[in-house]
Amino acid sequence: MAILSEEQVMLKDAASAWARDRSPIAAYRKLRNSGALQGYDSALFAEIAEMGWAGIVAPEEHGGADFGFMSMGVVLEQLGRTLTPSPLVNSSLAAVIGLRRAGSAAQQQHWLPKIAAGEAVVTIAVDEGAQHNPLAVALKAEKSRGNWLLNGEKRPVLHGMGASAVLVAARTSGAAGDVEGLTLFIVPTNAPKLSKASLAEVEQRGAAIYTFNGVELGADAIVGEVGKAASVLDHMLDCARAGLAAEMLGSASAAFDITLAYLKTRLQFGQLIGSFQALQHRAAALYGELELTRSAVEAALEALDAQSPQARELVSLAKALAGDTFKRVSGEMIQLHGGIGMTDEHDAGLFYKRARVADMSYGSAAYHRERYAALTGY
Amino acid sequence: MFDHADPDLAGFREEAVAWIKANFPSALTGKSPTPFITDGALADSDPDYQAWLKRVVSKGWGAPTWPEEYGGGGLTQAHSVIIHEELARVGAFHPNHTYGEMMLGPTLLEYGDEVQKRRFIPPIARAEVRWCQGFSEPGAGSDLASLQTKCVDGGDHWIVTGQKIWTSGANHSHWCFCLVRTDTTTKHGGISFLLIDMSSPGIEARPIYLISGSTHFCEVFFNDVKVPKENMVGGLNKGWPIAKRLLQFERDSLASGRAEAPSLAPLAKQYLGVNALGQIADPDVRHRVVRNAMRARAYAHTMRRAALEAKTNAGVSAAVSALKNLGSDIAQERADLAVEILGHNGLGWEGDHFAAAEIEATRAWLHSRAFSIYGGSLEIQNNITAKRVLGLPG
Repeated sequence: MAILSEEQVMLKDAASAWARDRSPIAAYRKLRNSGALQGYDSALFAEIAEMGWAGIVAPEEHGGADFGFMSMGVVLEQLGRTLTPSPLVNSSLAAVIGLRRAGSAAQQQHWLPKIAAGEAVVTIAVDEGAQHNPLAVALKAEKSRGNWLLNGEKRPVLHGMGASAVLVAARTSGAAGDVEGLTLFIVPTNAPKLSKASLAEVEQRGAAIYTFNGVELGADAIVGEVGKAASVLDHMLDCARAGLAAEMLGSASAAFDITLAYLKTRLQFGQLIGSFQALQHRAAALYGELELTRSAVEAALEALDAQSPQARELVSLAKALAGDTFKRVSGEMIQLHGGIGMTDEHDAGLFYKRARVADMSYGSAAYHRERYAALTGY
Repeated sequence: MFDHADPDLAGFREEAVAWIKANFPSALTGKSPTPFITDGALADSDPDYQAWLKRVVSKGWGAPTWPEEYGGGGLTQAHSVIIHEELARVGAFHPNHTYGEMMLGPTLLEYGDEVQKRRFIPPIARAEVRWCQGFSEPGAGSDLASLQTKCVDGGDHWIVTGQKIWTSGANHSHWCFCLVRTDTTTKHGGISFLLIDMSSPGIEARPIYLISGSTHFCEVFFNDVKVPKENMVGGLNKGWPIAKRLLQFERDSLASGRAEAPSLAPLAKQYLGVNALGQIADPDVRHRVVRNAMRARAYAHTMRRAALEAKTNAGVSAAVSALKNLGSDIAQERADLAVEILGHNGLGWEGDHFAAAEIEATRAWLHSRAFSIYGGSLEIQNNITAKRVLGLPG
């Protein structure tokens, strides 16, 4: 664990206790079984906001705590331990940072206090294809009689079903793949000619397809400069990636702890299976991977807080390691549990599915190895 | 990390950077300290290494964190981390990472009596005495406690008879810290910790040739070797806990010894060419090199984190075993990749048809197999992690 400040230790303890008591894995399972499309529990998210966690990186003058990324990571890790679904990564990290960095005074005044209070959930809509690729944005925004008309599709929009507004990456000039020509718009999700459809993925967390069918927006919907959104978008995404990596670290750690407990109780051939060397060595190897992942996640959060020039590569390091480790640990969770791990009744499958979805979100391990390579000269 | 919070440390870092710049011989840049540490003859014959060692020692950094009264630098762990980070940043290394400095010194500080501390510790900090480690025996490798080298009471001295193996640098060492059997009726409780002068009559050290062509390992034979009574540390039959502590220091140093190595990108681009984007041309090698570099970076952050944690929670964490395995895995993979990048030029053994750096890479690749064997094999480290860290049943 990083050396945490007194406030961060309190935050960690509070988040850990809350997740255990109010949002155990059983709560997520119940939500999933209910078929609710929103993907998170509004009452629980209200509690999260009540505790101030929705405003951790929001500025104080807009109702936030301005506590920084490490603090946000500390909370997300604890919520990740119980697979708590919440729109924190999208709304309280990515959208808040996007608005802080590029939003107008009016936009900040309008949205930031609402996000910090949990009254509004603002998600981000970037991807349009199967693979994460921000520069490939093709959704078109064209000027028409002083307004902007948006046409195109976003898929998947994470937490899109529960969001009250969305930061949309659109193309105002150039072609898919260009760095120039990207523009961010903030759009209430009840805007006319914007339709949402639920994406039924392997774990139901409210992912959506957004279809923009001539959505008309005024200039006041533009966040930042027209055509110059690439770097803002990159930074927003990095904040989301680092937060997601922290959450994945928490989930992977919990998957490991549950597996370890099983190794210490399950008897076969008259012995605890945890006494078998083949299994002990696999557990030791997973422990090592979790240690590496923790270091990478903490380094990324610290670098974001310090505004280090190395933040981008460290975020990719964290997201890549978190993806690989979570997938491996959750796969081993099933294997080491044997047949019971394959049943829906057991939690192993929830971790296994979560690992894959989280890895794919905002860039898989492969994507981030490529990005790391490009940033560091390979 | 801590620099932001502590202006003293930030100042120390600046000072360290300047001093290293002014004093590190550029001829040693990028070189591995291991050959110098394990091969006394090489260390003695290399003027750059000797000059560097002398400067570090006179700076007081021979053993930066040891108390000043025993010849150490009296610095904190945080200062030591800064020194090592700044050394690594310019491709330099600490020249006094010997077995004496890494293992015996810290152990004696905890278990030695005052006379032993004053006699043996300062010469280690000043790099005057070279030590070797007489632990492993032909029949007792990973099962260290089954060692048989006999030590009996000869009146005013001990008499040691037996054989040690895999003793690094024994043929160039002045002294040996040794585990001996002083009671044959009990396993762990019959072991004592003895300091033996390698010039004593009855000692013979024979080099063992390895697959890498290096000879730093030895077999050591003890034939009725007389050892003064005062050279026993911790008392009769009290050697096992001392040995365990020393092995923790060893794992600690083995884990921390391999920080982030220089990037393989320039080498790979030179030997494999570049693609249209200026990247390493071979996509498979490229991906594996990047993956290895990323793990190495995460590992370096892990070492840094462990050092910070050690500063705040007293005591040595058994997680060092996991770190040793991660470190050796990453370093072995890197050595493999280097040879793969060099192609047939990475298979040279000797002669003018290969560049010195190519032969060095070959030898380093062969040597790297030892990383997961020495200091407790990968399997032993996994056993330790499983039982002591994860609490899995015996």
